[in-house]
Amino acid sequence: MPRFSAGDDPGASFPELLRKVGLDPFPAIGVSAGDLGAFPHATTCLALTYDGGVVMAGDRRATAGMSISHRTMDKVVQADDLSGVAIAGTAGPAMEMIKLFQLQLEYYEKVEGQALSLEGKANQLSMMVRSNLPAAMQGLIVVPIFAGYDPLLSRGRLWDYDATGGRYEERDFVATGSGSTLASTVLRVGWRQQLSRDAAIDLAARALWEASDADTATGGPDVLRGIYPIVASIDSAGWTRVADEKLATTYDTIMGEVRKR
Amino acid sequence: MSMPFYVSPEQMMKDRADYARKGIARGRALIAVQTPTCIVIVAENPSTTLRKVSEIYDRIAFAGVGKYNEFDQLRVAGVRAAELRGYQYSRNDVDARSLANQYAQVLGDVFSTMGPKPLEVELLVVAIADTQANDRLFHILYDGTLLDERRFCVLGGDAEGISKRMESSYRDDLSLDAAIKIAVAALTGSERTLDAADLEVAILTRNGKRRAFSRVDDAAVASALK
Repeated sequence: MPRFSAGDDPGASFPELLRKVGLDPFPAIGVSAGDLGAFPHATTCLALTYDGGVVMAGDRRATAGMSISHRTMDKVVQADDLSGVAIAGTAGPAMEMIKLFQLQLEYYEKVEGQALSLEGKANQLSMMVRSNLPAAMQGLIVVPIFAGYDPLLSRGRLWDYDATGGRYEERDFVATGSGSTLASTVLRVGWRQQLSRDAAIDLAARALWEASDADTATGGPDVLRGIYPIVASIDSAGWTRVADEKLATTYDTIMGEVRKR
Repeated sequence: MSMPFYVSPEQMMKDRADYARKGIARGRALIAVQTPTCIVIVAENPSTTLRKVSEIYDRIAFAGVGKYNEFDQLRVAGVRAAELRGYQYSRNDVDARSLANQYAQVLGDVFSTMGPKPLEVELLVVAIADTQANDRLFHILYDGTLLDERRFCVLGGDAEGISKRMESSYRDDLSLDAAIKIAVAALTGSERTLDAADLEVAILTRNGKRRAFSRVDDAAVASALK
C-alpha cells in the first residue's frame, strides 16, 4: 500500500503517483523516423456542438504504413459522465494516454471527493499531451479532441490540441487526423447554430464519409462486416453512443444520395 | 547511566490497545448492512464535507471511525493501491480481500513496531457482488486484526450495544429504507434520536454497473426514517 510523507505526497495526480512508484507513464524512448511507418496510426476524429450538447465521431481504421492494421479501433471514448475524448496519431501512446486520462478523472474525483470542472479536465489533458512532447518530437505524435457538457455554462464545449500540448477551445466544430481537412470542410459547410441532436449526428456521419472517400487512412462504413464509425452525443444527461443500426440507416441514405450524384 | 524502566511486552501491548480503544470510543459509530439490492453504510456524522464513507473502486467502498486525519490518509492510500493494481493488471483484479489485508498490515505494523502511538482507527472495506452470499465485509481493528463479517458490521464506540440492537432487528430481506431505519435505531438506542442532517449514508448498488457507489441524500434519508 503506497504511503507518502506530507511533503512527498503526489496528491490528486495519478500520473505523478505512477512516477513516484516507478511506473513513469511517459518514459523517454528512442525511435528513428524510419521505424514510424511500422506503428499503427489512428486517423480521423471530429466533434461539433449542437443545441444542448456535443457530438463526437471517429472512424475505426488504424493504418501501419500502407496496410490496414485494425478495422475496429475505438478512437472516440467516454472520459467520464459528462465528457469524451477522441484521438488521432500513433495508436499505442494515444490509447495509453486515453486510459491514463480516464483514470486521472476518476482518481481525482475519488481523492478530492468532487469531480474536476470541464475546463479543468481539458487542462489536465493538455498537460498529458505536453508530457508526451519528447516522444512527439521523435514522431510519436498524439493529437486528441476533448469535448463535453459543461454544467456551469449549460452547453457543450470542445477543444483541440497540438502536439506540444497547446489547447484551443473551438466554438462550433473541430476535426483532427489525416482526414481532418476533408471532414472539417463538410462540417464548415453544413454546421448551423442550434442544430438538433439528430442533425448533428447526420452531419458527423457525412463528414466521416467524405473523409474516407478521399483519404486512404480513414475507414468508411464497412457494410460487409457491419463495422460503423463511433458516434456519440454528450448532453446534460451524459454520454449516449449512437447504435450501429441507426448509423446503418444513416449511411444507407448517404449512399443512396451518392449513387444519384 | 540510568537504566530505562522495564515494561513487559504484555503491559506495553495492553497500554497501546487501551490508548487506541479510547480514541476510537470517542468517535461516533457506523453500521454497514447487507440487503438483497445493496449494501448500505450508515454513519453518524454531522459534517457534510469530512466524509467517513467513500468510494475506493468500482465495487469497493471504505468507511472509517476514529481520528479523521488518520483514516482519511488510509482511504487515499487504499484508492491508490486499488488504482495502481487496476492500471497494471485489470479492473477485475482489484479485490477487497487483498485491500483489507494491506490495511491490516499497515495497522498491525504501526501498532506493534513502527509508530510512536497506534492509529486510533477502525476500518471497514466492503465489496458488493452478484449475490448477497458473495458480498464481502472486512472489518479491520486498530491492531491489524482482520475480521470477515456477515449480514451487518458495526464500527466505533459502543459497538457491542449497537450490535445487540442490530441482531434483534436484522433480516436478510430488508429494503433500503428499512435497512436505514433499523441501522439508525441501532445507532441511537432508546434514549436519543438522530435526523438526516446528523447522518451520512452511502450505498453500493447490486446492479452490475461499473461504479456501484453512490451517496443517499438527506431528503431520501429523511423519507426512509419516517
